[in-house]
Amino acid sequence: MDLPRRYKFGLLWTAGLLVFALVPLLMTSRYQMNLAGHILVWGLFAVSFNMLWGVTGMLSFGQALYYGIGAYSVGLLVTRVGAAWFFPALGIGLATAALISLLVGLLVIRMTGVYFTMLTLAFAQLAYQVTLKWRDLTGGDDGIQGIIPPGLLADKTFYYYVVLAVVFVSIWVLKRMAYSPFGLVLRCIQQNPERVRFIGRSVRMNQLRIYVISSLFAAAAGALMAGMDSSIHPDMLYWTTSGEVILMSVLGGINRFFGPFIGAIVLILLEDVIGAKTEFWPIVIGSVILVIVILFPRGVVGEAQHLWSRFRGDSSQRSPA
Amino acid sequence: MNALLRVEQLRKAFGGLKVTDEVSFSIQPQEIAAIIGPNGAGKTTLFNQITGQLPPDGGRIRFEEVDLVGRSPQDIVRLGIGRSFQIASIFPDESVRDNLLAACLSRLNQTRRLWRPYTSHLQAGEEAMAILASLGLESQANRPAYELAHGDQKLLDIGIALALRPKLLLMDEPTAGMSPEERQRTRTLIKKLWEEYRLTLVFIEHDMDMVFGIAERIFVLNHGRLIAEGAPESIRANRDVITAYLGEETG
Repeated sequence: MDLPRRYKFGLLWTAGLLVFALVPLLMTSRYQMNLAGHILVWGLFAVSFNMLWGVTGMLSFGQALYYGIGAYSVGLLVTRVGAAWFFPALGIGLATAALISLLVGLLVIRMTGVYFTMLTLAFAQLAYQVTLKWRDLTGGDDGIQGIIPPGLLADKTFYYYVVLAVVFVSIWVLKRMAYSPFGLVLRCIQQNPERVRFIGRSVRMNQLRIYVISSLFAAAAGALMAGMDSSIHPDMLYWTTSGEVILMSVLGGINRFFGPFIGAIVLILLEDVIGAKTEFWPIVIGSVILVIVILFPRGVVGEAQHLWSRFRGDSSQRSPA
Repeated sequence: MNALLRVEQLRKAFGGLKVTDEVSFSIQPQEIAAIIGPNGAGKTTLFNQITGQLPPDGGRIRFEEVDLVGRSPQDIVRLGIGRSFQIASIFPDESVRDNLLAACLSRLNQTRRLWRPYTSHLQAGEEAMAILASLGLESQANRPAYELAHGDQKLLDIGIALALRPKLLLMDEPTAGMSPEERQRTRTLIKKLWEEYRLTLVFIEHDMDMVFGIAERIFVLNHGRLIAEGAPESIRANRDVITAYLGEETG
């Protein structure tokens, strides 16, 4: 059973893809597909966020800003200009996110540690307030309803498969990045920024680069979400949204590439199951998360891999290869 | 006349304390030199100014006729000055090999790439393995760097600097915190690396066996001033040096 790593990964990717691809065929209600779609979009958002935190060590508390930019670009253009603008809106959302993240990035990367975190939070809360108060443009706290993508995309099942494709390709791209020379430098920055300068690389340049890249994928997730739910609201830019991806990353494990994605599955399913049972669901979820974090300090994925490698270690001692 | 590094009238003060006081010296290509001096003499501060971490108050630092003052550490590294640190500066969670790979990929200007796996770069891989072999750390290649013994972490730090193929290598107390056996081993290794890689090497050291054993030239700093400079024999006999180390003899 000692498959080369690449085949193992191939197998896992295919299995994951298959599970999500089968949802629309096996579901007993539309709602389940919507849930799976939410997992995919949040999974992408969380994985892109973790490129900042888990990989580079930059705990941004403001990625909701870019998620919101993606969502409002699609929401505004599709409802105000026309459904045909769905794809241009996606492009405009990404371009806007790139520009804003570049400008904000230039400011926030000057800070480290908790100052960086607080400054990212401040920018996101600023954008949230603007979205809330600028009723004429954004609809204020009513948000925007009736975002119907054009043509085939209006079909929920078709849209789901588009989301599935975009999310899988995006995560694959991010994974390539995480294991590229650039990704290695990012991990080095987290561990010893001074040494990174003394191998001849700029810490800030690389931090800015990953900040923009991460924000682009957050915007893509926001844009996908707008088309999926057909409605958006300013809460998408609120700090709780940024907090959500932090929580997902912690639950899944920030030191594993797929940790945040698994964290997204766990959190969304928890919210769904517990939310249906009791109105006190936030308390219950809070307690469950507390228990998970205490029991699995490496996150669900980290802990599972740790157990697996111990199990493998024991068995290989008994039967030398 | 063809000095690799030329430091001219370098000055630095912290408040009223002169940590670098009109220091001038030059380093010739392929020489091996030591900087010694009591604690607080300004040895590391001198390195910090050469490598761009600390701006001098005055004076010039020229490397191959390029002015270094005002340049960032990463620029200076890319010009060809490598450095190892008093406290091993490594990437603790990466494997020993990946520590060296990061440096090799940086030297080869490959770190902007974000598509191909970093482990698939053949030249960087070969260079990293060659350095592992020079350091005698091959058997540790796959271990996370934090698991290494203190002495091996110091060697890895030197290896990272070596991987940059520096024209000038600055080592800050390469044997600090080592046991006598480790010191002996490191002394031999550094001499070997100097010959093998045809390095220009300047090291700060308190271990006098190493200083007088392998340096061709010795610079002595005291209270930020360069009080002596010369071959080991002349330094050993220098009265100012003896005074600086043993204190003023009265009576």
